[in-house]
Order: sequence, then structure tokens, then C-alpha cells
Amino acid sequence: MKQLRLSGSGGQGVITAAIIFAEAAMSEGRQVVQSQSYGPEARGGASKAEVIIDDKPIYHPKIIKPDIVLSLTQKAADKYYKDLDEKTGLLVVDEDLVPDIPDFPNVIKVPVTRIASEQVGKMLFTNIVALGVLVKLSKLISFASAEASVKKRVPPHTIEQNIKALKLGYDAV
Amino acid sequence: MNNMKLMQGNEACAAGAIAAGVRFFGGYPITPSTEIAETMAKVLPSVDGCFVQMEDEIGGMGVVLGASLAGKKVLTATSGPGFSLKQELIGYAACAEIPVVIVNVQRVGPSTGQPTSPAQGDVMQARWGTHGDHPMIALSPWTVRETFDATVMAVNYAERFRTPVILLMDEIVGHLRENIELPKSDELNIYPRRRPSKTRAQGYEPYAPEKDLVPNPADFGTGYHIHVTGLVHDYTGFPSGSPAVTEEFIDRLHKKIAIAQDEITHYDEFFMDDAEYAVLSYGGVARTAYEAVRQAREKGIKVGMIRLMTIWPFADKVIRRNAEKLKGILVPELNYGQLKYEVERAAAGKCPVKLLAKYNTEIFTPSEILKAIENLEGGRIL
Repeated sequence: MKQLRLSGSGGQGVITAAIIFAEAAMSEGRQVVQSQSYGPEARGGASKAEVIIDDKPIYHPKIIKPDIVLSLTQKAADKYYKDLDEKTGLLVVDEDLVPDIPDFPNVIKVPVTRIASEQVGKMLFTNIVALGVLVKLSKLISFASAEASVKKRVPPHTIEQNIKALKLGYDAV
Repeated sequence: MNNMKLMQGNEACAAGAIAAGVRFFGGYPITPSTEIAETMAKVLPSVDGCFVQMEDEIGGMGVVLGASLAGKKVLTATSGPGFSLKQELIGYAACAEIPVVIVNVQRVGPSTGQPTSPAQGDVMQARWGTHGDHPMIALSPWTVRETFDATVMAVNYAERFRTPVILLMDEIVGHLRENIELPKSDELNIYPRRRPSKTRAQGYEPYAPEKDLVPNPADFGTGYHIHVTGLVHDYTGFPSGSPAVTEEFIDRLHKKIAIAQDEITHYDEFFMDDAEYAVLSYGGVARTAYEAVRQAREKGIKVGMIRLMTIWPFADKVIRRNAEKLKGILVPELNYGQLKYEVERAAAGKCPVKLLAKYNTEIFTPSEILKAIENLEGGRIL
């Protein structure tokens, strides 16, 4: 069983990224469950999305011990890194949005928001850049599966930019 | 593999409704049920159906009753605050015997409560939310795939018994995405809208019961007389003040469901063959309970699990049969204790029943339920 948690604030797209990741894993024949929790606000407020991947049916739908935590806000990083295993867990943070790196042995900093705004053209693509990072680091799904899943889930006129974002994220780590 | 989809519980509910023949949705979107309305709004126009967003949940309930009387299979979806608003018209549907499915994706209450967080606090409201003596059917699915099946079943039961049916979901399953394969349409049994068995010349009476105690009133506009009222009525559909008519009417409302209870009681039993204890669970919580029971078995604890899909009418026989051979039943619920008391009533003193309650917006962890199971075995059940 592999457990991924994507965290940030409402509007950063962590839920969409988690859905795309789960769909790609499903396309490779894995069992998946994807869940989320967020506040009543339309934007802002804490947002968290989870993906569990296994080869057998998954009953309890939430993560007990994440293998990877992605945090796109300082608050999310501070809150969720504690659930990671000190030896095997991996914390991935946005280099600009998480200035105070939590005291944890395995942290990878990636400027995902900056890559999205400067290299793809809009901050809107942050989640897909982050998805590319997770595809590479997790080694759970192939880039091709992720690419196919992105194409299926994003609005047609944004496919080109989203694939660019996915590649930039994948190559950033 | 090609038919595998990543689908959300709410989306599976909408898909099940369409598959069961629902062609009219009226309602007012509310978290965490909104995706049901969204999906119905997208799909219904393409299958010659109709979607109406009303001014509030009361209007949403009224419009589906009208559409049902006009011959459409109908569904509305809501959450706690909207479920409260719909109660008066749910009673109207029970009395006037109008087929309708009401989905309640439960969130934390009372009132606005915690709109985005799961709960199971509406179990008793599903049974007794509207006033007066009436039976109720409520189904509570635990997986995305079962949400599809339960929705088809809910629509079928609404049509077959001409009664409101509650699909009692929760935020856990409503918002969960799982990989599922949906059945093909020829694999489904769909109950058609009942039609009058007699012509006017043969003595059609809209509310005269058939052999299964359910009447076949004609849909509006099909050439038959029909009068619909929330007053107690006789076979003509017009009000009657008669004690005899009233008694027969209330009797029949109950008996039409009661005679089919075994058939509509759906449940699973896991690891029960040699079980000394059982966890009784329903809805999204059953997923965590299953994991806890599995872990307890690995530790050698003789515990099994009963998972109810049919919440109402309550599975008295299932509980009684099991209680006689068990040393204790644990009921984990995301509320302050609701179905636990029904389990206790049905167990009728044959074994103790213990509640594990949680009501802080978070779902149970397997270890919380496992710990409670270990306490059962330690003889600390009371």
C-alpha cells in the first residue's frame, strides 16, 4: 500500500492533482481510493487531498501513515510532516511558499508555484507542476499514464499548457 | 479493465438514478451532496429528462412530487438542513403514496453544523423526521459501487411500494473516489411505473390496493380520474373521516412494506462463523470497522462484522439471530448514539450492546475501533 497526501489551501488545485494521480494509477491496474477534506470556504482555508494505492481492495478510506506529503503552504507543511515516517517518509514543499522548512530529515524543495507562473505562464498550473514532481519522486505511476490522465481531466484548450507543466515538474527533481 | 472508472460516490448515485430510469431531478444544491445535482444537470437533458433547480429544498421536494404524479421517476438530493426542510412533503408522499427517492448525504449537524464534514446523525430523522405513523425505507451504502446499486434499488422500491425511499449516504462515501466497474444496463432489474389494472369501465379506483397491498393510481394525463390529497382517503382518493377507513389505511401503509421486509433487508456478514463478538456498522464507517475487524482477527480475537445496508425497516431478525450466539456487539457511529439503541432493542437482552460514538468531524481510525473490540473481549463491555 502507498499513501500520498497533497496539502495546501483552497484554490491551489491539490484535489484535482490527487484525482489525476489516482486515475493514472487506476489505468495501470491498481486499486485506488481518493478522498479530500476542506473547509466551507470557496477559496482559501486548508485543503487536503489523499490517494491510497494498493493491489488489493482498500477499506479504510483515509491515510494512516503517508509515504509522501506535498505541502504548498507553510501551515500545511507544519501540520502534516509529523505524520511521516522519519526514515522512509518524504516531505515535498513549495520552495517559495514554505520558507521555514520543518525539522525533518527528508525534505525536497521545489519552486512549483514559480515554475508555473514563470515557465508555464500562470500560477493556475501549480498543481500540475506539483503532480509532475510527485510522479517522478513516487515512482508509482509512469509519466505516460500521468500524461494521459491529465489530458482526460483538464479542459481541452488547456491541455498543451498542462502537459508542459507536467513535464517541467517531472524534470525539476 | 476498459470499463473501469474513477468515480465519486455522489457521481455513482446520479449514474444509478439515470440507470434506474429517473428522468426528473428537482432540488437545491447543498454540500456535501452538490455533485449529485451537478451530474444530474449535465446528464438529464441528454436522456430526454428534466433538471430543475428550485428556490429552496422545500420547492425541490414539491416539484419532484408533481413530476412523479405526472409519470416520471424522480429523485432529489440534499444534506441535513435541506433534509429537515423536506420532511413535511416526505410525509405527504407517504400518505398520497407518491414514488420518490430522497438522497441525504449526511454532514455534521444540528443546523448548518460542519458543512464539509462527515456524520451519521440523521439515522433517526430518516425514520421519524416526518410526523405520524408511516413506514420508511432507508438504505446506506458503504462503497462507491454500492452507491450505484443502492440508488437503483431505492428507485425500484419507491416505484414498487409507491413510497418515499431515503438513500442515507454520508460525506465519507459521497465524496470518496474509487475505481469501479458499472453493470451493463441489461444486468439491471428495473421496476417499471405501476399502471392501473382496471379500466374505468371495469371499476378503476385509484387507491384500491392490489394483492401486494400497493395501489395503482394513474399518472396525471393518462385518461383516468385521479385526486391526490394528504388527508386520509378511501379507494377513490377523496378524503374520508371514517375510523374504519383510517384504520385500514394506516394498516395498509405499514403492511405493504412489512410483508416484503425480508426481501428488502440487505446486509453482509463477515467472519461471523465462529465469532463470539460482532461489530455492527453501516455507511462509510463500515469501511474502517472492516479494517479493524480484520486486524483483530490477525490478533486471534474471535470477532465478526454485520454490515447493514438497509437501515430502515430495521433488521430485527438479523440482530436477534446473531445476538443469541454472541457475547457482545459493538456499534461504532459518527453520532452521539442512534442506531445503537435499535440494535439493543432487537438484541432483546440476549447480549450486551456497546456504543462507540464519535462526533468531532473526523472519521474513526481502525485503531480506535480495534481498541474498542479488545475492550469487548476483555469483558469490560458494560
